Amino acid sequence: MSELVINNLQVSVEDTEILKGVNLTIKSGEVHAVMGPNGTGKSTLAYALMGHPKYKITEGEATLDGKDLLDLDPNERSKLGLFLAFQYPVAVPGVSVANFLRTAINAHRKGQNPEDKGISIPDFRKKLKEKMALLDMDESFAGRYLNDGFSGGEKKRVEILQMATLEPKISILDETDSGLDIDALKIVAHGIKAVNKKDQGILVITHYQRILNYITPDFVHVMLNGRIVESGGPELALRLEEEGYEWLREKHAV
Amino acid sequence: MARKQPKKGFDFSRDMIADSDKVPALLREFRSDAWNAYQDLPFPTLKDEAWRRTSLSGFDFNKIQLPNGKAVPENITGSILTESILAKKSIATLSPAGVEINQTAKLKKQGVIFSSLTEAAEKHPDLVKKVLGKIVSPRDGKFAAATAAFANHGIFIYVPKGIQVDETLFSIGFAPWEGTAHFFQFLVYLEEGSSLTYIHESFSPEKNSQPSLSGENVEIFVGKNANLKIAEIQSYGDQVWSFGHKKALVDRDGYLEWEIAALGSSLSKHFITVDLIGQGAEGRVSGMFFADQTQHLSYNTLQRHLAPRTTSDLLFKGALDGKSRSVWRGMIYVAPGAQYIDGYQANRNLLLNSNVRADSIPGLEILNNDVRCTHGSTVGKIDPEQLFYLLSRGIPRHEAEQLVIQGFFDDIFSRFPLQEVGEQIWNKIKNRFSLK
Repeated sequence: MSELVINNLQVSVEDTEILKGVNLTIKSGEVHAVMGPNGTGKSTLAYALMGHPKYKITEGEATLDGKDLLDLDPNERSKLGLFLAFQYPVAVPGVSVANFLRTAINAHRKGQNPEDKGISIPDFRKKLKEKMALLDMDESFAGRYLNDGFSGGEKKRVEILQMATLEPKISILDETDSGLDIDALKIVAHGIKAVNKKDQGILVITHYQRILNYITPDFVHVMLNGRIVESGGPELALRLEEEGYEWLREKHAV
Repeated sequence: MARKQPKKGFDFSRDMIADSDKVPALLREFRSDAWNAYQDLPFPTLKDEAWRRTSLSGFDFNKIQLPNGKAVPENITGSILTESILAKKSIATLSPAGVEINQTAKLKKQGVIFSSLTEAAEKHPDLVKKVLGKIVSPRDGKFAAATAAFANHGIFIYVPKGIQVDETLFSIGFAPWEGTAHFFQFLVYLEEGSSLTYIHESFSPEKNSQPSLSGENVEIFVGKNANLKIAEIQSYGDQVWSFGHKKALVDRDGYLEWEIAALGSSLSKHFITVDLIGQGAEGRVSGMFFADQTQHLSYNTLQRHLAPRTTSDLLFKGALDGKSRSVWRGMIYVAPGAQYIDGYQANRNLLLNSNVRADSIPGLEILNNDVRCTHGSTVGKIDPEQLFYLLSRGIPRHEAEQLVIQGFFDDIFSRFPLQEVGEQIWNKIKNRFSLK
């Protein structure tokens, strides 16, 4: 049983306050959705939790299973079990998907046990093949340079492939649905569900209801102007789909 | 910062040239001419355009000796060409003590000449004459002249007309002695319609207590419709000053693929030229270097389109760490009347910290109108977003940087004729980078 606890998190980017006190708790097996219009701080929450150097924490805390995340380097946060599926994954030319994933797996194993010699090539191949099948990916993907020349859909699939391979405790999916056609969305959602079955907690950041048709959230939160202003069940997402955010703006005078 | 050139050049004299009666007449004459060139040519200074960014002031040339008469050490280490790469291959081992050739029976049977320059000059003077000093002239520069005059040893490779050499030839040049200068000559001649793959490594032990110097002249002729793949690896120790004049001529419809990897040395200054002399000739040059500490690596590359419908493609990539410095000056020249040219040159540099510097200077000289010549040059640090992405997957910073460097060089590694060679080059870089 794992737990990500975010308490009164305040974050600035280049001296502009973006998050003004976010509270959120995500447990194993739960799916949370954070929704909201563009520019309300959803992605900032994702990047700040993962430790991007541009995002300065000015107040508050975030812990994973009681361990303080905010003082750790991003790689240490990853080793504790936090994962971020990027909205815009960067390309790393010259580094194959397989080489990258193997390096990441080995870094995690070494985090567990400094004496670890790394995953064997046959074990790695087996694992990769299995996870790629889950996401309906051709095996040739493994040899391609990471995100280099990938289509939008391919990039998102590779993000979920990494999530499936690294088996994090808590995953943040930052706009994973954006730019996907319906077929790609189904595949990605299917992959996420398969991973979620293994008792991982998921935070879906989105401004569309669409992905939530495939991944039913247990909790829906609405973020406006750097704060979570409303929380509820899946029915909240449906109401937002129909009515937009205006009623919430009025209610909370944002 | 005041930069000075050495007050004195080499303290070499005419009587140090190997020109006894035992030396083939062809070489005696050649060395004598080279000595004259050596005397006529001034020592390069920062005022020379080609040397403007490379100071030689840190080297006591006058204290350097020739290695004549010294014995070969028993344990030769430092090569990246492992036993498994070299097993059952034709290999020439070069040291200042001489040249040792091991060749397969099949190679002999095909009529390929794979021998020391001395033996070739004795047995096949007419063939050697076609190349020696004809492609790299001793008058091309002070170090070209010094190499021509004082190189007692060299390699001569000749592939007869129409012969496809289906094994990879290897040579390794060993330059270990401290306080000495090692000069070698490499001659490769491919007759019409022949093909060859050849890999050479120059190496020395990683650590030396005193500086040493290496001079290499490489002369390559790719005949009509011939195909040469040549890879050169330099993995000298940290006290070696390396100078090279390397040039290839490619005749009509010939194809040259030239890979160059520089991993070591204190200072390197190399002139690399491809002359496309026959219609339809093509030359592709891929260079890479990894520099750290206070290394200074400098390359002047020249692609000369001297005939119509010729193609050249040059890519040099460098990663710099420590307080190292690199200089790349590229030039594409297109002769008058050489129509339908396709020429490309690019230099990409990856700066691994703020204390390094890479000078990247492309150039075009086109005396023609129907050409397509382009160049690209980039100098940049590791993208912080790339780094964050890798870190977010649990990969520690140093390892993430290593992954980016590996990726940066990957397209060059994949061009090396043997996959294992590319892997070995990467291992060497990785080891040096992880020692940080």
